[in-house]
Amino acid sequence: MFELLGIPPQVLMGQLLLGLINGSFYAVLSLGLAVIFGLLNIINFSHGAQYMLGAFVAWMLLEYLGINYWWALILVPVIVGATGIVLEKLALRRLYHLDHLYGLLLTFGVALIIQGLFRNYYGISGLPYNIPDQLSGGQNLGFMFLPNYRGWVVVASVIVCFGTWFVIEKTRLGAYLRAATENPTLVGAFGINVPLMIMLTYGFGVALAGFAGVLAAPIYSVNPNMGADLIIVVFAVVVIGGMGSIMGAIVTGFGLGVIEGLTKVFYPAGSAVVIFVIMAIVLMIKPEGLFGRNN
Amino acid sequence: MSVSDIQPETNERRPATAGMPKLHMAIFAVLFVVLAVLPMLVYPVFAMKVMCFALFAAAFNLLLGFGGLLSFGHAAYFGGASYVAAHASKVWGLSPELSIIAGTLAAGILGLAIGALAIRRQGIYFAMVTLAFAQMVYFFALQADFTGGEDGIQSVPRGSLFGIFPVDSNEALYYLVLAVTFGGILFLYRIVHSPFGQVLKAIRENEPRAISLGYRVNRYKLMVFVLSASFAGLAGATKSQVFQLASLTDVHWSMSGEVVLMTLLGGVGTVFGPLLGATIVVTMQNYLASMGAWVTVIQGVIFVLGVLLFREGIVGVISKWLKRPL
Repeated sequence: MFELLGIPPQVLMGQLLLGLINGSFYAVLSLGLAVIFGLLNIINFSHGAQYMLGAFVAWMLLEYLGINYWWALILVPVIVGATGIVLEKLALRRLYHLDHLYGLLLTFGVALIIQGLFRNYYGISGLPYNIPDQLSGGQNLGFMFLPNYRGWVVVASVIVCFGTWFVIEKTRLGAYLRAATENPTLVGAFGINVPLMIMLTYGFGVALAGFAGVLAAPIYSVNPNMGADLIIVVFAVVVIGGMGSIMGAIVTGFGLGVIEGLTKVFYPAGSAVVIFVIMAIVLMIKPEGLFGRNN
Repeated sequence: MSVSDIQPETNERRPATAGMPKLHMAIFAVLFVVLAVLPMLVYPVFAMKVMCFALFAAAFNLLLGFGGLLSFGHAAYFGGASYVAAHASKVWGLSPELSIIAGTLAAGILGLAIGALAIRRQGIYFAMVTLAFAQMVYFFALQADFTGGEDGIQSVPRGSLFGIFPVDSNEALYYLVLAVTFGGILFLYRIVHSPFGQVLKAIRENEPRAISLGYRVNRYKLMVFVLSASFAGLAGATKSQVFQLASLTDVHWSMSGEVVLMTLLGGVGTVFGPLLGATIVVTMQNYLASMGAWVTVIQGVIFVLGVLLFREGIVGVISKWLKRPL
């Protein structure tokens, strides 16, 4: 077998896969943030809490109702997305005429409430969620062992990301959405219900977070803090990519996950901060982000 | 984008640089008298904690309320300074005032480095960038050798002021903390009501116009960022001397959130709001400590209600009611 710079290929490939999985979550979460930001112009600080909510709802469905993983994969985004729609209708809607920072503060408060409630009722030790039977086991690829579930996470994320990209960039609905991003007043004048569209867009972005939560449930233990630290890294990903393009969010998410994985191989101590260091470099060279538009 | 709607309009009748209005002077005087006798009424450590957080919130308010910049990573300066000051006291054996100065300087330098990068983006991006860098400081505190990881730096000696006056007792230390925090808050007041503060206000209200008037906007932004970080550091360094401890709590993002909450609750852009907000939040945490995670829920609820219902904050509402800037 080949060796690279004295690193055994099993280690390299193992970390690369881990990086790709982290990258999947970065991509799906930053995609949700980008979709929400595009139309609402707010940063959804509760995104991490909604991701955690997704994992918990999947766990609850299984524990209390016996609903399995595959149904959860469909039901959880709908449920979590619905809570997002309620939040938009009751609270966020009242803030659109104000400075966008208020949206950030409000969703931060919402994140505290959700995380605090789950910490109260479920503690912080974490709850187990088994990998579905169909995806247990793994494949021996010759140079490494690929657990089926981890492969599935990457595939599912890629499908969802490109599905979202296709809808927004290539369909009529997406065209309305992009038009409303540019000029909501004009789009409203053409008879399109912009407030409804904003509400559904927020719901969709939140549903993406919930979907990521279901994907994460069997890999990471389901616990109230699972989204809190992750979301800060995702913010850095968003700053690096810039929120100008959907494809940008996807590429940056996966790319940074892989870079983080490689850092774990070559310089383990730096793996926790490598994304922040990249953010600092990007801010120096191209402050608007790699795919960002300067407006 | 502007942040003008964050601050309630203050109809100042006289030029802001013409000295302190009588009302403000009276409030500060009453506050000082109350604080001077407070250790006889309440537990001094609690009072010192409130004062440290009041200074922290006032420093944060300088940046948000007067600079119009929302930093979501002020825990980095508060906690970073507390680590440096604790290390200086414990390992280098410096006296309290030198440790506090060391912590403050460290926070200022950190603020200069992070601020120089963060001011390249505006609005919500600025908030995200400061948050991300603060998380980097958190990881550093978690992993570095001198910070003691999960344990933090414990049993920091209080030592003697100037190497002469021992401040081991809570009562003696109380008056040192009072001098530091009260002095810091007055200094911040002076900054806000200086020509520099007026330029900041101009930038916050209309940045393009300030640029067209010839002001180097980015220098002002960086300057106010460094000042705010330094005073947050002064608060954190002082707190480490009070509790004889520097820990991860002080650099965690939830601390950054707490200082936003204190300022928002009291009134963004008011003089006395952050002090009141800090008092309420610290008192609440103190009395509700047994309720565990409910404190987080309550804080979240205050955030949501504050943003939806009273964005001016408590002091902002009173100020509107009295028709005087507070």
